[in-house]
Amino acid sequence: MGSSQIIILAIVATSFATFISRFMGAVTSKKVSVKSKVFLWFNCVAYSTLAALLGRMIIFPAGVLADSEIFIRLLVLTICVSIFILTNRNLVIPTLLSAIFLSILSNF
Amino acid sequence: MINFKVFIQGLKSLKGSRSPAIPLAACFIALGALLKDAGFNIQQSAASSFFTYALPGQLVMAESLLVGASIINIFIAVWLVNFRLYPMTVSLFPLLEHKSQPKWKYYLSCHFLAVSSWLIAKDSYKKISKKHRIDFWIGVGIGTWTTAVLMTVVGYLSADYLNKDMLIGLAIVNPVYFFCMMIGAMKDLSISISVILGTILGPIIYLVSAEWSLLFAGLIAGTIGFLFGEKNGI
Repeated sequence: MGSSQIIILAIVATSFATFISRFMGAVTSKKVSVKSKVFLWFNCVAYSTLAALLGRMIIFPAGVLADSEIFIRLLVLTICVSIFILTNRNLVIPTLLSAIFLSILSNF
Repeated sequence: MINFKVFIQGLKSLKGSRSPAIPLAACFIALGALLKDAGFNIQQSAASSFFTYALPGQLVMAESLLVGASIINIFIAVWLVNFRLYPMTVSLFPLLEHKSQPKWKYYLSCHFLAVSSWLIAKDSYKKISKKHRIDFWIGVGIGTWTTAVLMTVVGYLSADYLNKDMLIGLAIVNPVYFFCMMIGAMKDLSISISVILGTILGPIIYLVSAEWSLLFAGLIAGTIGFLFGEKNGI
């Protein structure tokens, strides 16, 4: 099998594996009432799973981010979250600055 | 069929000081460059973002291909990393539910569910009348999804001009954006505990099992957060 075919198969497999969770979620949603305890539980699990992913992205990142120092990543994150709070929850400023800070700090 | 005014309102969430456009652009530009590196052509790169549209899963796919993993392994690894989309959908779609709206809107638009669109929708659904929330969601979804696909192409095309430090810089934008949005969402005790515990448990369980870490950390932290909220009547 050529590498192009493997890539196409990988795209199909990845898209299918991703869509299952979304579609099952839409199906389950039809049976879940906003006022139920189950909904509250799902809400907590959604936030915690997302938080777990973020924690992992910072501590054990995939891709190019893995080439930066963990201490620098944590420093950039702390500074940018502080800016977010200080700027009355502006998201554009801290996200723009995060890229600049990390690019500069990685060079030292 | 679709309330155009509300749809545009959703689309407009790409603008302003809480815009997800910059972090989305940054991370999908980095992804486009990575996919080029992994041997994808431009059509395949665009197709990946078009059909998958979930960055962590796409990263897993690209890295697995680079180390020569089998398709079955890629499928399982992606399913596990993107499983978060299941509880995320269940915690959003009931809020968008209205009996006058056709089911196909829900089943098709679930494809737009990603962290950025989810956080925006959770943040602003209350401002939209119940009847038209799904149209608002479709607007948010089309906006974020289109940005992701276009920026993947931009990243692919500009890969030769981006040096490693720039790519590292782009890659941090997304987690920073998500962290800020999550902190903004910590309005009650159960969510706050879920977020804090999840952030701690995610990396710890990763040391034991890389693939299952998100699922276990999410279930444990979320359940503890939920029980805490219940006990304290919040």
